[in-house]
Amino acid sequence: MPLSETTRRVAVISESADQQHLGIALGATLRRDLNRMRRRPGDVLNPLVFYALAVSLFPIGISPEASLLAVMAPGLLWVTALLAALLSLDGLFRSDFDDGSLEQMMLSPYSLTALAVAKVAAHWLLTGLPMALMAPLLGILLALPMHSIGVLMASLVLGSASLSLIGGIGAALTVGLPRGSVLLSLLVLPLYIPVLIFGSGAVQAAIMGDAVLPHLAMLGALLAAALIFAPWAIAASLRISING
Amino acid sequence: MWGLIHKLGSPKWFYQLSTRLQPWCWGAAVLLLVTGSVWGLFFAPADYQQGNSFRIIYVHVPAAFLAQSVFVAMAVAGLVFMVWKIKLADMAAAAMAPLGAVMTFVALFSGAVWGVPTWGTWWMWDARLTSMLILLFLYIGVIALRGAFGRRDSGARAASVLAMVGVINIPIIKYSVDWWYTLHQPASFTLTSKPAMPLEMWLPLLIMVLGFYCFFIALTLMRTRSEILRREAKAKWVQTLIEEAR
Repeated sequence: MPLSETTRRVAVISESADQQHLGIALGATLRRDLNRMRRRPGDVLNPLVFYALAVSLFPIGISPEASLLAVMAPGLLWVTALLAALLSLDGLFRSDFDDGSLEQMMLSPYSLTALAVAKVAAHWLLTGLPMALMAPLLGILLALPMHSIGVLMASLVLGSASLSLIGGIGAALTVGLPRGSVLLSLLVLPLYIPVLIFGSGAVQAAIMGDAVLPHLAMLGALLAAALIFAPWAIAASLRISING
Repeated sequence: MWGLIHKLGSPKWFYQLSTRLQPWCWGAAVLLLVTGSVWGLFFAPADYQQGNSFRIIYVHVPAAFLAQSVFVAMAVAGLVFMVWKIKLADMAAAAMAPLGAVMTFVALFSGAVWGVPTWGTWWMWDARLTSMLILLFLYIGVIALRGAFGRRDSGARAASVLAMVGVINIPIIKYSVDWWYTLHQPASFTLTSKPAMPLEMWLPLLIMVLGFYCFFIALTLMRTRSEILRREAKAKWVQTLIEEAR
């Protein structure tokens, strides 16, 4: 996005400050990110293509046997979703850092914490949600039993929101670093493990015919905890990266 | 109270205090470790099921204890550094991180060695081994992040944030991994409830745990002191110290 437009939009944000409407600032940030991604659809499509491609590698690498694939499908779909989400994280703050928009956000009268939430929400809408919508197709590729596909989608919708929030911390910490993306995976993947456990656990339970709700409830609890803690950590990390 | 905290936060004062404390910590560490090892390895009775191989516990459990508490200590130091801008806290956090990582590795390695006689395999995806492995990755992440920043202050603050994020996540990771799978024998040693082991096995373990903690404190003091000297090399009191040493 050209710099002039960035400053114009940030000016819009600053003007609305006078009215003390945080909601407007949040909406503007969200719209801005959604627009930017609409103009560069590659950034949205790449993680999705990666997701589909990586999932289709497993039958080739392991075995095309449907019975074998069905056993591994929940784990494979979730691990690959983790990696696809990771792939998209580096771009979360990168361009805003490079063109100075982040500094403008920091200078604006609104809390950086709230604006960071809006940015993460846009990221989730354009990576996590499409991944969840695409998952049924990939489930079919891996011979996932039909009755568990709804649970797969639900677990991905809930889980990927946590992934975006937790990943936002890593992205904010590494955005100022020249080779940050390698470090990013080291920082973020260990923190993703609880989401992975309950996400693939939900799908496995659905296949076995066990109770699914406890797993989904845990995913919801993780999301609630991430919503409470991650925005502050993201804002603090962005401040460090901008100064650093 | 506040006066004391600010006084403690001054590198010079801490350096002088730790000069006096350090020998005591080393003395206690060596005494406890030697007593505990000799007692545990030679005099404690062999386990009726595992035989002599259970003696790995005298290294494994203290290392695992330290691995977890060092991370908490590091996060607390990070919080102190972020909130009150006490640079000394960050020097201590920087000194602690590699020690914690090494302790985590020692716990993992001794656990793997212990696994051969008891489980018949080097590695098992058991809940505690798994969460230890994740802890090791968290440590490596904190160390790598600190090193990645060009400016020391930014690296310090980034590492502090990550340590705090990690410390919130450790219980979540631990419980989710426990929930995921558990094969490990139930906890053999807790401070709150009566131990399941006989006293003559349990006492040397307690001594070893205390010894490991003293060793860790002594080593942290030593490393923090060298960090102080490195960062304050241009300060007048350090220059005088160097002059005196000559």
